[in-house]
Amino acid sequence: MSITIENLHKHFGAYKALDNINLEVNSGELLALLGPSGCGKTSLLRIIGGMELADSGKLLFHGEDVQQRDARERNVGFVFQHYALFRHMTVFENVAFGLRVKPKKERPNEVEIKRRVHELLCLVQLDFLHDRYPAQLSGGQRQRIALARALAVEPKILLLDEPFGALDAQVRKELRRWLRRLHDELHITSIFVTHDQEEALEVADRVVVMNKGRIEQVGTPDEVYASPATPFVYQFIGNVNLFHSRDHAPWTEQHGDAVAYVRPHDIDISRTAQDNTALPVEVKLVRAIGSVVRVEVATNGSSELIAIELSRERFDTAPLLLGDKVFIRPRQFRVFATGDQHELSAT
Amino acid sequence: MSTQTNRKISTQESLAVTLLLVGIALAYLLLFLGLPLLAVFVEAFKKGWALYWAALQEPDAWSAIKLTFIAAAIAVPANLVFGVAAAWAIAKFEFKGKSLLITLIDLPFAVSPVVSGLVYVLLFGAQGWFGPWLQAHDIKLIFAVPGIVLATIFVTFPFIARELIPLMQAQGKEEEEAAVSLGASGWQTFWRVTLPNIKWGLLYGVILCNARAMGEFGAVSVVSGHVRGMTNTMPLHVEILYNEYNAVAAFAVASLLALLAVVTLVVKSLVEWQARGQGVRLQN
Repeated sequence: MSITIENLHKHFGAYKALDNINLEVNSGELLALLGPSGCGKTSLLRIIGGMELADSGKLLFHGEDVQQRDARERNVGFVFQHYALFRHMTVFENVAFGLRVKPKKERPNEVEIKRRVHELLCLVQLDFLHDRYPAQLSGGQRQRIALARALAVEPKILLLDEPFGALDAQVRKELRRWLRRLHDELHITSIFVTHDQEEALEVADRVVVMNKGRIEQVGTPDEVYASPATPFVYQFIGNVNLFHSRDHAPWTEQHGDAVAYVRPHDIDISRTAQDNTALPVEVKLVRAIGSVVRVEVATNGSSELIAIELSRERFDTAPLLLGDKVFIRPRQFRVFATGDQHELSAT
Repeated sequence: MSTQTNRKISTQESLAVTLLLVGIALAYLLLFLGLPLLAVFVEAFKKGWALYWAALQEPDAWSAIKLTFIAAAIAVPANLVFGVAAAWAIAKFEFKGKSLLITLIDLPFAVSPVVSGLVYVLLFGAQGWFGPWLQAHDIKLIFAVPGIVLATIFVTFPFIARELIPLMQAQGKEEEEAAVSLGASGWQTFWRVTLPNIKWGLLYGVILCNARAMGEFGAVSVVSGHVRGMTNTMPLHVEILYNEYNAVAAFAVASLLALLAVVTLVVKSLVEWQARGQGVRLQN
C-alpha cells in the first residue's frame, strides 16, 4: 500500500517537530527515515501509525485519507524501539494478541490461531521459545518476536522505530540483513527510523534524510551518498572536507561566503602541480586501515587538517611519507553558500 | 575461594556489633509494637472468654462492627475505581492541570483527619452551606451513615492512586500503544494489558486502603455524632466503652481491630511474596 504525505506540520508547544513534510512512499518499498535525534523522524513515524496527530496536512494510504482513522483501524504494524512486548504474556500469547482481540466475527478459532502463531514464530526462527516470557529473551530475540507480533494481523504497512537501536553491534548487523531478506520475501510497505547512516544505506530501498523537522533529501542510498542535495546531507552521510573557498579552494570560481564540500576519497594527490588550481600541502599523517590508507594533510600555516582516503593499491604506486610536500586537487566537489542551503556550483 | 572468604570478612561486622544492632532493633519493636498488641489481647481476655464473647455480641458493638464493614465496603470500591482512573490519566496522558490533580490526590494525606471531618460538617451540617437545602429535601448526611461513608472515602482517597501512579509511570505507555496498533479497543487494552501489569500494586493499595478505612477515627468521629447503635464505627465504639471504664468490652472490640491489622499484614506479606515470586519467574 502506498503512502502519501502532503504539507504535514506538527508542533509540540513552541517546538516545531515537523515542518511542511511532503513524501511519497511507494507500495512494497523499504524506506529509511534517517536523521540525528530530535529531527522529527520518530514523530513522523508515529503520525503515520496513528499514535500522534498532525496539526495540519494530509496523510493518505493508497489515496485514501486516514487522518480521522484511529490507530487500531489503520491496519499498520508497529515495532517499538524497546519492543513493548506484553511482559505478563508468553511469546505465543504476545504473537496471538492481535488475533485474539479481533471482533468475534473475524476472530479465527483456537486451532487457526495456533497454526498462524507457529507459522509466524517459524518465520522469525524462534518457534522453540513459544512458552517463554519476554524477560527471558535476549534483545535480538525480543526484536524478532515484536516483529512477528506486528505481522500477525497482516498489516498493509509496517513501521519500525529504531529497530536495531538497543542491540549490540554484532546482533545489529545480522538482524538488519535478516530484515532485508524478510522484506524481500513479504513485500510489505515498510518504513524504519534510524540515526545510523550505515544501517539506512545498507537496508533501505530509499533513504529520507531529515533535519530539524524538514526533509533534506529523498533518494536511493547511492544518490544520497554520491550526490547529497544539501550541506547537511553531505556532513551527515559519510565523511567530508570543508574548504572555505576564500582561503584555500583555488579550483573554484567562487569567492565570498561559500564552502566547497569534498569527500576524502575524491581527492587526488600529486608530487607536482599540473596547473595553478592545485593546492600545495604538507603530509601530516599516514595511516593504513585495512584496505584503505588514510592521509591527513594541511596547507602551509594552517592547522586545519584535510582528510584523504586512498585505496592501498593507489597508495603503493606512489607512497607518501610524513612531511612530504605535495599538491592536492579534488576530482569532484560541490559548493554551497554559507548560511544558505543553495548550491552554487559543482563539477 | 579464598578471595570470597576474605571479601565476606571484610564486609561483615564483628559478632558483638551484629548482636547489639539486632538486639536494639528487636527490643525497640517489642517495646513499641509487640507489647501494646499483646496488651490488647491480654486485657480483652482478662475476665475470660465468656465476657469477651458477650462484649462482642452486645447489640451496640455488633452494630459498630457492621457499620465499619459497610463504610469500608463502599469506600474501598469507590476509591478503587477512582484510583485506577486517576493513575491511568496521570501516568499515560499529558493534560493541563495534571500537577494540580496530583496535589489534590495528596490533600487527604496533608490535612488532619479532624479537619477533613469538620469540612463535611461545615458543608452538609444543619448550619452548613448546603444544610438548609438538604433539610428541605429530607436528606441527612451529617450524624448519619452517609456522612461516615463520605468521610471514610475522603480520608482513604489517596491510597490506591498513590500506589499505582509511580508503577504505571515506570511502565510507560508503549505496551498500551502496541495493543492499540494490534487492533485492541480501549477496554480490551485495559483488561488484557494494563490491569495484569498493575494487579499486584493494585491489590497492595486495596489492602492499605481497607486497613485505613476500617481504622479511621478522627474524620469519622467528627461527622458521626456518636449515636450508639446507629452511627458508631468500631474505633469510635472502643473510645466510648473506654471512657465508660468498660475496659474488657473496649479491649474486646479493639482486639478485633488489632486482629484486622494482623490479617492485613499477613495478606500484605503474601501479596508481596507472590509479586516477587512472579517477578523472579519473569526475570529468569
